[in-house]
Parts: sequence; C-alpha cells; structure tokens
Amino acid sequence: MVQIKDRYRLYIGGEWVAPSTRQYFPTYDPSTEETLAEVAKAGPRDIDKAVRAARRALPAWAGMKGAARARVLFAIARILQERAREFAILETLDNGKPIRESRDIDIPLAAAHFFYYAGWTDKLEYALREPGHKPAPVGVCGQIIPWNFPLLMAAWKLAPALACGNTVVLKPAETSPLTCLLLVEVLEEAGVPPGVVNILTGAGETGAALVAHEGVDKIAFTGSTEVGKAIQAKIAGTGKRLTLELGGKGAHLVFEDAALDQAVEGIVRGIFFNQGQVCCAGSRLLVEESIENTLLELLKRRLSTLRIGAPLDKNTDLGAIHSKEQMTRVRSYLESGQDEGAVLWQAFFEAPKKGFWCPPCLFSKVTPSMKIAREEIFGPVLTIQTFRTPQEAIALANNSNYGLSAGVWTDKGSKIFALSKQLRAGVVWANTFNQFDPASPFGGYKESGFGREGGLHGLLPYLARR
Amino acid sequence: MSSDHVHKTYKLYLGGGFPRSESGRSLKIERPTRSTNRSPRILAQIARASRKDLRGAVEAAQKAFGPWSKAKPMLRGQILYRMAEMLDSRGREFEDLLVSFGLSDRRQARLEVEVSCNRLLWYAGWADKLGQVLGTVNPVSGPYFDFSSPEAMGVVAVYPGEKPALLSLVSTLAPVIVGGNCGVFLVPYEAGPIAITFAEILATSDVPGGVCNFLTGTRDELLTHFVMHRGFQANFLVSDDPREIKLVEYEAADHVKRGKTVPLGTPALWRSPACQGLDWISPFLEIKTTWHPIGL
Repeated sequence: MVQIKDRYRLYIGGEWVAPSTRQYFPTYDPSTEETLAEVAKAGPRDIDKAVRAARRALPAWAGMKGAARARVLFAIARILQERAREFAILETLDNGKPIRESRDIDIPLAAAHFFYYAGWTDKLEYALREPGHKPAPVGVCGQIIPWNFPLLMAAWKLAPALACGNTVVLKPAETSPLTCLLLVEVLEEAGVPPGVVNILTGAGETGAALVAHEGVDKIAFTGSTEVGKAIQAKIAGTGKRLTLELGGKGAHLVFEDAALDQAVEGIVRGIFFNQGQVCCAGSRLLVEESIENTLLELLKRRLSTLRIGAPLDKNTDLGAIHSKEQMTRVRSYLESGQDEGAVLWQAFFEAPKKGFWCPPCLFSKVTPSMKIAREEIFGPVLTIQTFRTPQEAIALANNSNYGLSAGVWTDKGSKIFALSKQLRAGVVWANTFNQFDPASPFGGYKESGFGREGGLHGLLPYLARR
Repeated sequence: MSSDHVHKTYKLYLGGGFPRSESGRSLKIERPTRSTNRSPRILAQIARASRKDLRGAVEAAQKAFGPWSKAKPMLRGQILYRMAEMLDSRGREFEDLLVSFGLSDRRQARLEVEVSCNRLLWYAGWADKLGQVLGTVNPVSGPYFDFSSPEAMGVVAVYPGEKPALLSLVSTLAPVIVGGNCGVFLVPYEAGPIAITFAEILATSDVPGGVCNFLTGTRDELLTHFVMHRGFQANFLVSDDPREIKLVEYEAADHVKRGKTVPLGTPALWRSPACQGLDWISPFLEIKTTWHPIGL
C-alpha cells in the first residue's frame, strides 16, 4: 500500500540532498520495534542552506496572486485526500497509533486544514482587522512539530504559513518523520515552488539550531513546555515572532446531573485517544463526589472492552506507545503515583513480546499535590479526584500551571456557560471532548503556550501588515 | 506654578490607596539648574518602591482581577470614559506639571494632555466591542456549536517610558485594562509625579482599587524583581535598550509570559495613531474556544 524508501535525505530548495553531517538515523515501528527507514540528520550547514533557500523563494511566493497560491493549497488538500490510505498506513506504522484514528482523524483533518486555509489566501485583508493596512507575510518560518500527530501537526503549521505567503523550514520529530517526507511528493505535485517548503530531519539539536538561525523571522513550536521555555528564552531580544503550543493537564469535570453513559464515552475519548499522547488530553478527571463510585464502575467496565494491540488492525482502540523513551516516562509515573499513595487500576491486557504497550490506567485516591495530578504524563493514565461544589471544581481545575483544555459534563445549559467562562483554558469542550476542526482556534493559556492554530485566529501569527 | 508652591511628596498608588513605600525610602526630584555653584532646587519627593511593595502590588492586582475581568464590558467602557472626563477637567494642572518638571514645553504639554484624553475615549469605546471584533463563531464540520471569544489574561507588568510621561502611561494603561486585565506599572523616576497625579484620576473615576498599581522608584533596581515575579502573565515594555528588552523577554520564558515591546519613540510618534490600536489590546487577551454538541 505504501512505498517506504530505505533512506531519506533532506529536502532543501526543491531537491533531496545528503546531509552535511553524513549521518542517518533509524525510525522504528513502535509496535514491532523494527526499523522502517533511515533518515538524514541535519547539521548547522544544512539549516543554513535551507533557511537561505526559503529566503530566496520568499519574494516570488509572497508576490504570487492570492488566488494562485490558493490553487496550490487546494491541490495539496485534494492530493492528500486521494492518497489518504497510503498516508494513514504510514502514519500508523511510524507512530503506533490505531489505523482507525489515522484513517478517520489525522489524515482527513490534515487535508481539511489545507482546504480551509487555501480559501483564505485571497481574503487576508478580512483577517487583518486593521483598516488601512495591507496583509504581508512574516517571512521565513521555522516550524518544529511533535511526534504525536506528525502529518496533522505539519498541516496545522504549513497551511496557514503558506496561505499568508511565508516560506518554511519544517522540522518533523525525529521518531516520526516519514509522513512529512512523503508529503514532499504531494507538495511537488501540487506545484509548491522549490524552496517554499524545506524539510529537515533531526533531533533536538537540529531544532535548536533552526531556532537560533538569524535568517528565521518566526518560530512556531509544538511540543513540551520545557523545550518551549528554552525556545522562548533563546529568541529573547531578537525580534523573532513566536507561537508555542505546549503541554497540558486538562481538567475534565463531571457533574452528577450529566448524562453518565455519554460522559463515560467522552472521558475515554478524552484520555485514551492516541494512547493519551495528546497535549490537550483530559487527564485529570474531577467528579462530583456523589457519583464517584458509579462513574468509576462504569469506566472500568468500558475500559475492559477496549482492544489494545496491532495498530494496523482496524478494530484496535489503543495502539502502541510511541517510543521506548515515552514508555519509560509513563512507567515512572505509574510508579510515582503508587508511591505517593494513589490506587492504580489497569485494564487486563497481555502485552506482545515486542513493541511498547500500556493498558488504560486509572488512578483513584489522588490528591492535588501528587506528581501524577500536576505533571503531564502523556500516556493512557487518568487521575480521578472529587469535588462537592462547582466552586471547588473550578478551583481544582484551575490549580495548574497549564491551561490548554478543559471539559465539562452537565445537562444544565446555564451551568455550562458559568463554568466554561471560569475555566482558565484555551479550549473548553462541554459535553464532548477532543474535537478538532480547521475552522476552530486551538491553543493554550498560561504555560500551555500562546498563539492560536486553526480558524481566523490561526492566520494571525503568520500575517504581518504593511 | 508659583515658586512658593507646596513641596509635595508623591506616594505610591497601590490597591486603590496612596501608601508610602514600606521601605520608607524616597527620592528627590530636582529642578535642573544651569549654574554649577548653586545647589539644585528640590521640586518634589517621590516614593522609592521596594521589592516588598511589588509583592503587595501584585497581590492587590490579583485580587482585583476577578471582579474587574468579570465586570460588564460597558461598565469598563464607562469607567475609561470617566477617566477621560476627569483628565480633561484637570488638564491645565497636568500641563503645568509637565512643564514645571521639565518634561515638556508648554505647547507640547497641551497637545500631550489633549491626545491623552482622546486616547482614553478611543479605548473606552472598545470595551464592549472586543468580543465581536476579536471573537468568532466557528463553522466546524460537525454537529457542534463552536465559538471563540477574547478573555482577560491576568496581571500585566507595564513599563511605560519617561517621555512623554503622561501619554506613555495612558497609552499603555488603557489597552491593558480595557479588556479586563489588571496592571502593575513600573513608573520611570522622572514620570513619578505625573503618574501619581494621574492615579488620583483613577481613584476618582470608579476604577476599582488594585486594577492599576503604580510603583515609582528606580527602574534599574525594580526591573529585575518585576521580570522574575511569577504573578504576572504578561509584560508590556516601552524601551529602546537592547539589554533591557532582552532581560524582560528572557525572564518571561520561565513562566511562558506573553508580551509586547514598543520603542521609546518621540512625543510626536506617541501622539500619532500608530501608538494606539487593536494590536495594543490583543496581546493581553486570551482566545477561548468553547464547543458544545447540537442535537435533540
């Protein structure tokens, strides 16, 4: 279904070039630990070359009529849709996520993002909201994306940047680069001119060098809060623009008047989608005390029916944990939670001999000071705390350095609005969770980062004015 | 101002009151003198705020944030309008102050006060329009009602410039508070008397105590404490000094603070429309997106 090359070079100025480091590193299938391909490790000289290529390509791309750029973006969307199966399979192989998710969510949403922003290219004046000004691109954008939604994150970054006439140097995560590299075929076929999108593979140091490069006008980063802070500190005083989409510890509030069966589905979607490796995961369940036992029983029953295993099997609910490193991290939190006195429940599961696996985990008897209640685990681990009043629920929910997402379940409309206004989070899902759409702005408060991706607000970080 | 005017001590403006610095320290403001053998005449004293005053100011601002951010937008607009009225009625006094402290000549002082009033009026009108201009209803591909709206960010550390003393303060204050934020202002030494006199306008315009807090003193001493304080969600810096800009932006990373940096500029620039705008308000607002299913 999908052709994987043995080895991928760097994509700079419309050509595949060997890295100046002469080094390549493997990318694995996390469900089998087998090597899928080798990818190039970009060094400082490659970064310089890519930034220069992006700079050279900028005037023509930015000067192109909006409608002409739109055609290119529409074409990307269409070709992605045509080749959706191929991309879905490759995403699942390289990332470990269930094919049901890459097929129904990652790839269609990625295509939809290009389609949505394609429509903006010749309407940017309407987005500016500053009378008397003309829209202009920001320049050369360095974009660094994570491994949890590789192609989708590339689409979130590329589509608005290209729509506004910027050129890009994109760095995919070192453990999940393959769909971004396959995307090159789509970009070329769609008519993206050489140098407009450059793709450099590599690890943290490649990203750091891209951030530090003087020729970059804007950095967009999605990843951990720790790395986000380092990037923000690095570009201090340089005048570079920055948007950060960082970690989260989403509070998920369930009131006794909620439709419990639906809430259970929402909770499962909230924390076990993509094995919980989601920055906006609803990882902190806050339950009204009166329904704690009922909800816990319903959850355990539901979790026992989830199928964990081969990511390419379309009946699979939970795939593999993305990497050995991530597996170690999740395990350390499972230990820390128990050490601190929380009670762990895991769905029964026999792990295959190879690959990285973790069954759905619930922690009850959790207190707000525990590490598992404060830190982002980025795995299928849900903590459960209780509250008695809406005020207490809000206080618990907002007691976090993060502020990316939150959820509320209640059947009372006025209560939803009263609560959603007080939740200090960039996205609030009421009676649903983990919904995404290209037209809907996404991004955090507090240490979850700044700037929005998606919708009209998602254009603004890529739009300057004359 | 007559030469035998009352020698005034300008205190801090903190939590709606006018206390001295807890440190008891103050600074003299002297009239510049041409002759070298005469000692300069003391025009006034200003309070020299300490790190502890800063802590108190941030606490006051945090306490004020809840009610101020939840206040009806139209009420916030009316309060800003009232500030413009008060400034207008005391305009001559501000002109005199600007001139007597050597911050401006008479002609420019008159313009500065006039533009400051107009700027407050301009921002007053924004209070109840931000939601409509910055908010959206998002046409998502599913059975959901999905909308995004701006919300106040929290407590902002504001560093206005020395000149134009009044206009730089007004131009940074109005966009921060109009959307429901509170601010702690590090007032430059020379601008102290202007800022504290302007605080009297705040105090008599129904701006709740704690929404704006003015600390006077030396920027060098206080800046480090300001930038390290985790009670701020954002910085609003007026500066041309690369080291200062780097310090503020670098320390912001520790708590992922947001911010806006604008150049020191000239009085003429500050009077121009370039020094007001929606993009002076929006860096201090968060966008919240709310989803809800649609169905029977």
